[in-house]
Amino acid sequence: MSKRVLMKGNEALAEAAIQAGCIHFFGYPITPQTEVAAYMSKRLPKIGGVYLQAESELAASNMLLGAAASGIRAMTSSSSPGISLKTEAISYMAGSDVPALIVNVQRGGPGLGGIQPSQADYFQATRALGHGDFQVLVFAPATVQEIMDLVYLAFDRAEEYRVPAMILADGMLGQMMEPVVIEKPQTSPHEKPWAASGHQNKRRHNIINSLYLQAEELENRVIERYKRYEIIKEKEQRAEEYLMEDAEIAVVAYGATSRIVKAAVKEAREQGVKAGCIRPITLWPYPTDTIAKYVNQVKCFLSVEMSMGQMVEDVRLAVNGAVPVEFYGRTGGVIPEPGEVLAKIMELGR
Amino acid sequence: MEYKIKIAGFGGQGILFMGKVIAGAGLADEKEVSWLPSYGPEMRGGTANCSVCISDEPIGSPLVVKPNVFLAMNRPSFERFIDSVEPDGIVIIDSSLIDEKVSRKDVKAFYVPATELAEENELNGLANMIMLGKLFRETSFCSNQALKGAVEACVPKSKQHLIEYNLKAIGIGENL
Amino acid sequence: MSVVFEKPKALCDVDTHYCPGCTHGIVHRLVAEAIDELGVEGRTVGIASVGCSVMSYNYFECDMIQAPHGRAPAVATGVKRAHPDNVVFTYQGDGDLAAIGTAETVHSATRGENITVIFINNAIYGMTGGQMAPTTLPGQVTQTTPYGRDVSYSGNPIRVCEMLSTLDGVALAQRVAVDSVPHIKEARKAIVKAFKNQIDKKGFSIVEVLSTCPTNWGLSPVEAMQWLRDNMIPYYPLGVYKDIGGKQ
Repeated sequence: MSKRVLMKGNEALAEAAIQAGCIHFFGYPITPQTEVAAYMSKRLPKIGGVYLQAESELAASNMLLGAAASGIRAMTSSSSPGISLKTEAISYMAGSDVPALIVNVQRGGPGLGGIQPSQADYFQATRALGHGDFQVLVFAPATVQEIMDLVYLAFDRAEEYRVPAMILADGMLGQMMEPVVIEKPQTSPHEKPWAASGHQNKRRHNIINSLYLQAEELENRVIERYKRYEIIKEKEQRAEEYLMEDAEIAVVAYGATSRIVKAAVKEAREQGVKAGCIRPITLWPYPTDTIAKYVNQVKCFLSVEMSMGQMVEDVRLAVNGAVPVEFYGRTGGVIPEPGEVLAKIMELGR
Repeated sequence: MEYKIKIAGFGGQGILFMGKVIAGAGLADEKEVSWLPSYGPEMRGGTANCSVCISDEPIGSPLVVKPNVFLAMNRPSFERFIDSVEPDGIVIIDSSLIDEKVSRKDVKAFYVPATELAEENELNGLANMIMLGKLFRETSFCSNQALKGAVEACVPKSKQHLIEYNLKAIGIGENL
Repeated sequence: MSVVFEKPKALCDVDTHYCPGCTHGIVHRLVAEAIDELGVEGRTVGIASVGCSVMSYNYFECDMIQAPHGRAPAVATGVKRAHPDNVVFTYQGDGDLAAIGTAETVHSATRGENITVIFINNAIYGMTGGQMAPTTLPGQVTQTTPYGRDVSYSGNPIRVCEMLSTLDGVALAQRVAVDSVPHIKEARKAIVKAFKNQIDKKGFSIVEVLSTCPTNWGLSPVEAMQWLRDNMIPYYPLGVYKDIGGKQ
């Protein structure tokens, strides 16, 4: 077994990317993700990579667009307000089928908001990470170890389907330290014959482009992409089920919140209420099938989030009216306590 | 045994460092551990606190809301967290900086003049390690070897000469 | 029979969408000639920007990437940092480079990003139909300055080469025009130098090309050339604003 080391979530994000062969990073400082940039700036120059601090998040994400369009594994990271700026290039990457990794270590919003942990960018990540018809893969780790695993998966799947991928973390996960085992990724970067890296006089020019002025042509491009999305929805849904075998109340939570929820679920069981937890690992594609599996078993679902209620809409879509779907959340950077969640579970269990 | 530890004081007292040593010691003993700092402007001179969990089981919430161990290194932090300590919890107070006594009868309180002891022993800035030594004595939260190893691992490579002083400070706390 | 004139290899054999009399065609040709002359087409990546030249990705034979509005220097930075041996150029208009993309322009210049920037200054937004650009002249009538650009209200034009020449990372900042054969010859030399600088790893090189937009200026192609000479060159004097020459 490899050695366990203590690492901050943000550092694990950076180290995982390096292990996955991503040695180009374009960033801009913002709390609470700054350690990702700091780690990269320390490590990358020593291994022949590039850490570049951009003049803005806009520029950073467009540098990412350029680097990724030229066929290499590259990434950028930010926190909520910075992600809003990055959405411009993300839409272009989606529209020109360029795979890349974007990390959001979420903080409270809207506006400048706060710097404490939040999950209020769920809609942004899963619905509208920029203008136009598109989706990005969204992975939501819950432990520092899982951050590493999902960074590997995100790079691999982004390249397989030629879509951008996002790691949606939060300030708590980014700042906390936990033991991790650094294992090498199982997969290698994919071949990229489409990349714009110079044709070496061996082929015709590659064009990375999202502009199609003929409406039918653009429609066809989008439809082709949505066919890929259908395959992704079929093959890439991921969720963890915790104490769900005999659960009567299914608490749905992702990321750092799921850890608080699991503690509350365990306590609820000690107090005689059969609760369980479904933890979505992919937020897009949403693990609808896992949720739907339990509609005939549980009497209700409860979505717990660090937001005013965003993922709950996906739970409702999956449940499709079969049983009630409740919500409990804290926002603005307030981390819900296990006791609060427990009280909500007990109220529903009565 | 699951240790849910809250450490709080001013920025610059080595609050986060102390937490890292504790988490590192837990790791060395092959326990599950987590360390969660307060972050942001607090790091720059205001209050600082961190949550550390050590357990045989995977850690649920890394945010310690109801600590069973509380180390207080200034008065505002003491006042903020003392009521959250679980019954039968352990409270260690730097009595050089906090002149208040614990009014609760359901916790075990220890008063350590850590800042004064550090100065007397020419270990300025290592009151945190004296507090840690006391914690080690009262709880044996980790093995001796793990604690020493964690100090060695947590002190930056450029400051290896400080290991000795850190261990000396722990020794002072341990013998109180 | 000997061939005395032919299409540069780095230009695609396609019709362009440019208006009659537009000077984009001339500048495209000069860029392609520079790529041919230096023999770097196989390792060149061009960045098309948003504006009339957006579809230049269809006109250059090298690999091309179409960038968001104003971000071409950032996209170019990404490509160049990923592949330092590639030759990377941006082709940008005045709105793209000097309004929405000013930050990207200034910072890629001051970083000394080793790229080549071809900057088309025609004092107007062409693609959207003739609105005020950052380089629109004082008094110039456009769709959004129907009474002429009032600098006390709309602000002053930006002289890009002058501004960038103050930055340490810039290897070459030169303004040329394509209104006459001598000027076109001068422009060709400047563009070759801007590419050569990159190959020699000298840093950021920009060639600002004063160009015409007969359609949106409401002039015939010939009148447009004269308007450029009479109005643009006095405000935007031609010349070398910075050239580090042999220095690294």
